[in-house]
Amino acid sequence: MTLINEFRDKDLILALSELIKRESVKHLNIMEICGGHTHSIMKFGLSGLVGDKINFIHGPGCPVCIMPKSRIDEAIKLASRDDVILCTLADMLRVPGSNTSLQKLRGEGADIRALYSPLDCIKIALENLNKNIIFFAIGFETTTPMTASLMQKTVELDIKNLFFHINHVTVPAPVRAIMDDESVKIDAFLGPSHVSVITGYEIYEDIAKDYKRPIAVSGFEPLDIMDSVLNLVRQQNAGTHEVYNEYARVVSRSGNLKAKELISRYFEPCDFNWRGLGVIKDSGMKIRQEFSYLDARIKFDCEVNSKAESKACICGEILRGRAKPYDCKIFGKACTPKNPIGSCMVSSEGACAAYFKYAKEAI
Amino acid sequence: MCLSIPSKVLEIDENNVALVETLGVTRRVSLDLISDTVKVGEYVLIHVGYAMEKIDTKFALESLEIYKKIAEDMASGEIDEDEGDMGLNAMSERR
Repeated sequence: MTLINEFRDKDLILALSELIKRESVKHLNIMEICGGHTHSIMKFGLSGLVGDKINFIHGPGCPVCIMPKSRIDEAIKLASRDDVILCTLADMLRVPGSNTSLQKLRGEGADIRALYSPLDCIKIALENLNKNIIFFAIGFETTTPMTASLMQKTVELDIKNLFFHINHVTVPAPVRAIMDDESVKIDAFLGPSHVSVITGYEIYEDIAKDYKRPIAVSGFEPLDIMDSVLNLVRQQNAGTHEVYNEYARVVSRSGNLKAKELISRYFEPCDFNWRGLGVIKDSGMKIRQEFSYLDARIKFDCEVNSKAESKACICGEILRGRAKPYDCKIFGKACTPKNPIGSCMVSSEGACAAYFKYAKEAI
Repeated sequence: MCLSIPSKVLEIDENNVALVETLGVTRRVSLDLISDTVKVGEYVLIHVGYAMEKIDTKFALESLEIYKKIAEDMASGEIDEDEGDMGLNAMSERR
């Protein structure tokens, strides 16, 4: 689609770069909540185009990066069973658990499948009636409706051998948890793109008001991010803290109502233990009681004894915005994309992986 | 996992599944999350096998026009501090 190329137009990006540099008066720490933005900022070298006063801080918005070891260990325990086919989205396979990863387990013969779409589970379930199919579901509000849609199909088609291990999380709760930590210095936020497509930008309005911080909901293209940064600079100069919707070509204030209805039909909030951030109240999703017969954590034994995180890894500090990847002693040495120790190195959208790929000179 | 790219709808079957084209690659995605009617030739944003929302291409093109105007005005030296707004913030008020 030509729009992609146009939103990467060099002359337009340089014009916005000039405006940002010209108008930046004070230092501005901008946290990009979403890992997709981290990836774009590093890939297109945007840090170098916004001037010295803008500092990008990489937030907790990568579903792979925030997955606690215990949840991975639960998936590994389930996938180790002879009567189970474990299905998930590709990035999760490489995340290290306490002793192994799903990828290594698959190499040893376990039936673990990386899906293109959650809907693929239906076909796998119907073709393997003698097995229990478990969908290891991950992601923020972006992917929660897809899981809910799959649950709806499972109920409608009365499929008896498909179960769900739910690890869905939400954006507002960790943002509030980070802002409540007084050691964190964040002046403004880049709001997530695709979470906002589902939720609408209204979910940020209370955060902007309560913490007096401007938020720009931004697309992933370089021009989107540059325009959003310019808006945040202008809001800082004007002393305002509004929610700016730069990504209006797909994001509305109220979001995708059909998707939101599906989410609330099948899920309710629960506490979730974030890798690096700890337990945050009402920050995750669990299956409603009515559909608990679909819950793999109830149906199967998921008890695990997980090891503590590596002491050398500072993913938690990075997710809070208190450290950069190259502040970590093992970054690029013991911890690389080929052999990730911490979760921020596993996903291509993790801050450490983005720094490793695009900013090796920073090591 | 969040990067997704606009895709053009080529066909829609009776199961509400669309054949879409993304930068030359075709694939099938579910339209079950879309409330609006989706027509062949329109653009959708896809993510893990689902269309999440229709893309307002008219609005996207209008945004690009605003950016182009900024670039042109800067090149000709017409922009100054007071004219900084240039309608950028007005873009957010459309939907």
